[in-house]
Formats: sequence, C-alpha cells, structure tokens
Amino acid sequence: MNDNIWILAIANSVTLATTLMFGSLGALFTERAGVLNLGVEGVLLSSAISSFLAADASGSVWVGLAVGAIVGALLTCIHAGLAVILRANQIVSGLALVIFGTGLANFLGKPAEGKDVVTKLKPITFGPLTDIPILGPVLFKHDIITYLAIALAIGASWYLFRSRPGLELRATGDDPATVDAQGLSVANIRIRYTVFGGLLMGLGGSWLMLAQSAAWHQSATTNGIGWIALALVVFAGWRPMRLIFGAVLFGFTLQLPFTLQAEQIDAISADYTKMLPYVATLVALVALSRPSRVNALGAPRALGTPFVRDER
Amino acid sequence: MSSTSHEVAQGPHHSGGAAPSALSAHSIVKRFPGVLANDNVNFDINAGEVHTLLGENGAGKSTLAAMLCGLYQPDSGYILRNGERISLPSPRAGLQHGIAMVHQHFKLVERFSVAENVVLGSRDLNFRIDRNTIDEKVAAVAESYGLPIDPTAVVGELSVGQRQRVEIVKALYQGAEILLLDEPTAVLVPAEVEKLFENVRAMTAAGKSIVFISHKLGEVVEISDRVTVLRNGQVTGHVTGKGSANTKELAKLMVGRDIDLAPQRASHPIGHEILQIRDVSLTLNGVDVLSNISFNVHAGEMVGIAGVAGNGQRELADTIAGLISPTSGSVSIGGAMSTDKGPIHARELGLAYVPEDRLGVGLVPSMSILDNLLLTRDRDFVVDRASLQPEASRLIDQYEIKANGPEHVARKLSGGNAQKVLLARELSGGRTATKLLVVCSPTRGLDVGAIETVRRVLDDARSAGQAILLISEDLDEILSLSDRVFVIYRGAIVHETPGETADLATVGAAMAGLSSTTSEGHN
Repeated sequence: MNDNIWILAIANSVTLATTLMFGSLGALFTERAGVLNLGVEGVLLSSAISSFLAADASGSVWVGLAVGAIVGALLTCIHAGLAVILRANQIVSGLALVIFGTGLANFLGKPAEGKDVVTKLKPITFGPLTDIPILGPVLFKHDIITYLAIALAIGASWYLFRSRPGLELRATGDDPATVDAQGLSVANIRIRYTVFGGLLMGLGGSWLMLAQSAAWHQSATTNGIGWIALALVVFAGWRPMRLIFGAVLFGFTLQLPFTLQAEQIDAISADYTKMLPYVATLVALVALSRPSRVNALGAPRALGTPFVRDER
Repeated sequence: MSSTSHEVAQGPHHSGGAAPSALSAHSIVKRFPGVLANDNVNFDINAGEVHTLLGENGAGKSTLAAMLCGLYQPDSGYILRNGERISLPSPRAGLQHGIAMVHQHFKLVERFSVAENVVLGSRDLNFRIDRNTIDEKVAAVAESYGLPIDPTAVVGELSVGQRQRVEIVKALYQGAEILLLDEPTAVLVPAEVEKLFENVRAMTAAGKSIVFISHKLGEVVEISDRVTVLRNGQVTGHVTGKGSANTKELAKLMVGRDIDLAPQRASHPIGHEILQIRDVSLTLNGVDVLSNISFNVHAGEMVGIAGVAGNGQRELADTIAGLISPTSGSVSIGGAMSTDKGPIHARELGLAYVPEDRLGVGLVPSMSILDNLLLTRDRDFVVDRASLQPEASRLIDQYEIKANGPEHVARKLSGGNAQKVLLARELSGGRTATKLLVVCSPTRGLDVGAIETVRRVLDDARSAGQAILLISEDLDEILSLSDRVFVIYRGAIVHETPGETADLATVGAAMAGLSSTTSEGHN
C-alpha cells in the first residue's frame, strides 16, 4: 500500500473540485435568484474552447481565462433574455443552451481538435510550505484559480447571508412578488445574477481547459461536469459553504477510478466507479423534479417560475 | 357631530380654507382592457383618520388604492400629498412620500426572520447586515406603536394575524405616514380582528392615516371616521362621522339595491333522513382527526357545522364525499351505505359537494365553465359539449355569473363567480338528482351581492327538499341559515342547538373549546 497515492488522490480531488465549484457557484447564484439554468454543460464547453483559442492566439493564459469567462457571461445572456424577459420555460431554454453551447464549441473547436494546450496555468509555488507532509500537496500545490474558487465560495456565503444585496437576492428567489412590492426590480436582479453565474461558469470552463486538459477534445473536455455541478447545488442545499465540501467529495469520486487502477484494486470494476458521480447526479436531478422534496432541501421557492406582476 | 351625504362626487372637491389633506386624489380615471375601473374618482384622507373605501369586489377600490401607493398609474387625474402635486411611478416612490400598502396577500418571505422581512428593500440599510442591530431596530419601531413582535421569529411559523402585524411594522419602519390596508380582515379570525383594530387606533392616535379597504359592513361601521362607497368604478356616496354609518344604508350604496340577509329557516316540514353518519372516527398519521361523529340530516333541512378552521371540518366533508375512508364508523346517503366506495359512488347516491378549495378541488382552473360543468355530467366516452351549451348559458344567467359565456376559463373568474359556477354545477344535478348537498364555506371571500345570491340558492335547495350540510367558519352564516347547529371542536361534536334559538355567545364558546353543555351525548 502506498500512502502517497491517497494523499495525491485527495490533492487531485481538490483540483478537480475547481471547475465544479465555479460551475455550481454560478448555478447557485442563478438559482438563488429564482432562475434555473440547466445550460451549465454547454457554457463550460463553449468557454473552454474560447479560452483555449484566445490563450493560443495571445500567448497569455490570463487573456484566455478572461475571454472564456466573458463568453460564459454572453452565452447566459441568451438564457436570461429568454427566461427572465420573455418568461420562457426555463427548462426548455436551459436545455437549448446546452445544445447551442455544445454546437458552438464544436464549430469553434473544429480546427483545434486534438491540439495540445501549450499556454497553461501553472500552480503557485509556496516554497517550503509545499513540502509539508500531507498538508503540502493537499493545500499548497494548486493554481490561483483553485484558491479563487474557494475564496469565492466563502465570500458567497457571507454575501448571501450577511449583506443587503444577498438578502435581496435570496428574497428574489423565494418570493419575487415581495421584492417587487418593495420597488426593487425582479427582472434586473434575476438577469444580473444569471449573467454573473454565467461568468463564473465560463471561468470554470476556461480553467478546466487551461489548467487541466492536455489537449482540446470536443467530446472529452468537460465530460458532463456541468451536469454534476447542477446536482451539486442540490446536494449543497443551495449553501456555498457546503458546496466546497460537496465539490471535493465529487472531485474524489471523479478521480477514484484512476486511483483504484493505480493501486490495482479491482474488486469493483472501474466501469462502476466511473459511473458513481453520474449516478449521484441523476439522483439529484430526479429530486430536483419533485417540488415538495426540493423545498425541504432548501431550494428557492420560486425556482424556475417566471415572475409576472399580478395584473387584474 | 356627524353628517351624511350621498352626493355623487362631480369633479374635484377641495375642503375650502382648511389645511390640505394628507393625501388626496382628484378626478382619477383608470381603464383596464374592457373595464373602466375608476371613473372620475375623488378621495382624500387627513392625518390621524381612518377613511374606508367600501365596495364590492371589482368596484374599483383596490385599483384606487394601487394608484395611491404607486403600483398603478392613473390614466388621468392627479394626486396631492399635503397639498402638493406628486407623481407615483412605482411603489418605491409611494414609500418615499410616506405611503405604504399592506397587501391582502402578504408580501413576506416565509423563510426570512421578521427583522429580515422588515428591512428588506429598505434604503438606509448598510451593505453589511448585522443581525443584532436590525433585530433591535425592528423591535424598537414595533414597540413604539404598541405592536410587539419577536424580530427573530421565522415568518413562515407565524399565524396569519402575526404576519399581518409584520407587514404593518414593515410599513412603519419604512416611514409610512399613510397606510393602505387592503382587505385586512379577510384573513383574520374574530379575535385577531379586534387586535388589528386596537393597532389601527394606536396608529391613528400617533397621527398616521389609515385607508381601510373592505366590503364587510359591520367592521367598516366600527372602525371608520369616514366612508367612501364605490360601485362599478364610481363613487356612490360619502358617509362622514364615526358611528354615523349604518350597515343597511351602506349596503344599498354599495350594491345599488336593498340587500336582504335576514335569517332563513326551513319553510317546509322536514322529511326522512338523507345523510346518516354513525360513529365516524378518522385517524390520519397517528392523529385523531375525527372522533365518534354521529348525526343525521333530513330532506328539506339545513344542518350547520360551526368551528374554527382545522378542527376536522374538511376531513368530515371529504369523508361524506367519499374522498376519505373513515377509520371506523359508517356514512350512508339516502339509506344506502357509501363508506369506502369512493366519490363517484357517493355522487351516484345523490351527493353534491362544494368543497372549501374552489379552484383546485372544486373546479379545474384551466378549463372553461362548460367543461367544468361536463365533469359531473357526462361519463360517456365521447364528450357531448354541444348539448350542454344551452344549459350552461341558462345557469350563467340564473346564477348571475359575470362571464363572457360558457367558454370563459374558470381561472379568470373572480372568487364569487367561481363559487357560483361551482354551486350551479352541484345544485343543477349531475347524473343523479341531488339529494344531499355538502357545502363548505360557501360565501368566504364573496361580496354582499354574491353572498345574498348564494344564500338564496341554498335556501331554495332546502325548500326543494334537499338535505344540506353547511360547514362554515362564518358563525353569522351558520346561525342565520341552519335549522340545527353543531359545533365541531378537535374532531368531535361538542355542542348542538336549534338554529332559531342558538345563542352566539354559547356557540362561540363551544367553538373555542369551552363547552360543557350537550357535548356528553356525542362523545
């Protein structure tokens, strides 16, 4: 038995959690405003290829990240427009975003298919801290974006529960009519957080590309992480702090098959362990379809419901 | 000092010379597609005054209030605040002028604490929220108007009366000088209404103005300094001076004709037993909802069941209707056992059922009046809509249902009209002639004109020899219609009295569980 491989596994879990944290934080902000955006997967893919192309062309990883984030925000503008302004069915609009985002990535990525990621994001060096046994690799071997994800989650928790705009955000997701009666614009708040959510998702997709992937592959870059991110929001009960732990846990299950393979543990077939996060996602998405149960979990009451002011 | 005048207001009328009104609206006109909701309406209120807007549903009082607080904009006319012209493009603007609306359907976030709800949307709130500070501030404001409330309580766990208090505290916290209370008593039980009125008096004593919107005559007379009556969007009368208004006169101004809500009893001798309930008990999730209920209802008789909501009334009605099977005991309709046989069987035995939940259990909201009628008529595979068309039109006329014809969608009906459709369907007979009618809260939320119609319809059904079980929280209604009155408390019948000689105080006490009289025989 090699102890190191398990420490490495935990360190990898934290790394893998980064995209999940961005994706699900984006979804969490969106859903807290009462908008359901199922298009995470499409946004991740489009922003991933955009960031890759931008980084490749400019030679700067930061330009890549910025372009990816902006593409994410722009894409969710479509969803915001359909779901908030036109009050379309949010599930349909979200699924359309998945299809559109995937198609866009396919189109943009055609010339780059299989191309290596040259401009990559490097981990921060903490000097001697990295060499601390166990803690070193788990905590001090990541890049800035991973730390940003954790900081954002903590900040989001404070923002939601301890700030005035956070109060207004939560109220919008729970009871938009109340917010409207206070003279605040429900549409404005919803659009703002939906697009901000898209920005975060875009950053997550870019990071996945520029820090994690060896090369661009249309079919293998995101691997359904967008769907897992949606499920993670449910598991976290729409609370950012729980989301950090949830993301690491999902990250762990995502890398588990590889660790087990390396350890040559084959009591359980790798096919089953690979399924694990997706099965958990399915369970969460099924739960999301039952309003009463979702309410008990802490879902925003008005999630997925377009707001229409009572007219007589 | 009181004076009564019935002049239909023409054009703006200024109270000459004296200090300007705290708020006044002049020549307000507001149109909605197909309706003239406010037709040249004038209204004014002074500081420290309760001025009531009285009118039936759809008379335009809520529309006027919505314009006074900035929710809607008038098509023409203007609004003055302390004599100065103001425009109110949004509720936020209304608040800035010290005008706040307490909505009938509370605008509160149930998951939030009282304090969070009160400060939500407040302009002076810092970016960072410190719970202790807001809790203290909210408690202090509430206390200063004699409206004590726990700022840390979660709103979802409060009673309706307490939630209303939170709404009022919220308005006061935001600096409201003029509070518009939209049908504030519609959701309250009598004791809470008293409490509300105390609060209203405390607020007027502190110089606040209260615009009280209601269609309940008794309470209007009790609380108002002045009353403005609206009908079909027009002002039909003003009554000035506390206590000078009388309900009969107001009702006439409001409806446009004399209203008769006098008690009605069975005019024909009662017949044989139609509904027989024997020792019905019901346990749901380990809780005894009904215990050993036994009584009969005869043909041509109306039996009223009084009780505070949640004492088993709905379950009793659902049990009779065959929607719930009792844990023990039996129900028979017209001599045939109906227990455990389901709702269709009960209907085949001659049951008609008007449930408490009109749009939901009673009617299918998204379907037309015609299709809703068809629900209890036609059980053939192929639906014959055409043949029901004339009857649907006839029922719409007979019950004075305000609708654009049989194809009008149920969801778009007002509460009163939805209730009339439901009554029309249930009383006009389904596949079998109606023998037993079970009605729950038939007039809740209806205006006076509709209440009169519904009562007449029920009385006619009784005269036609149907057995009627009337289940209602409205004690007045029970006492003025029923031939026999039962009081239900915690799932048991605790009091029985003839309707004619029923005493309000005794029945009220039994509803509160303070009965000791005739209960033994039933337990």
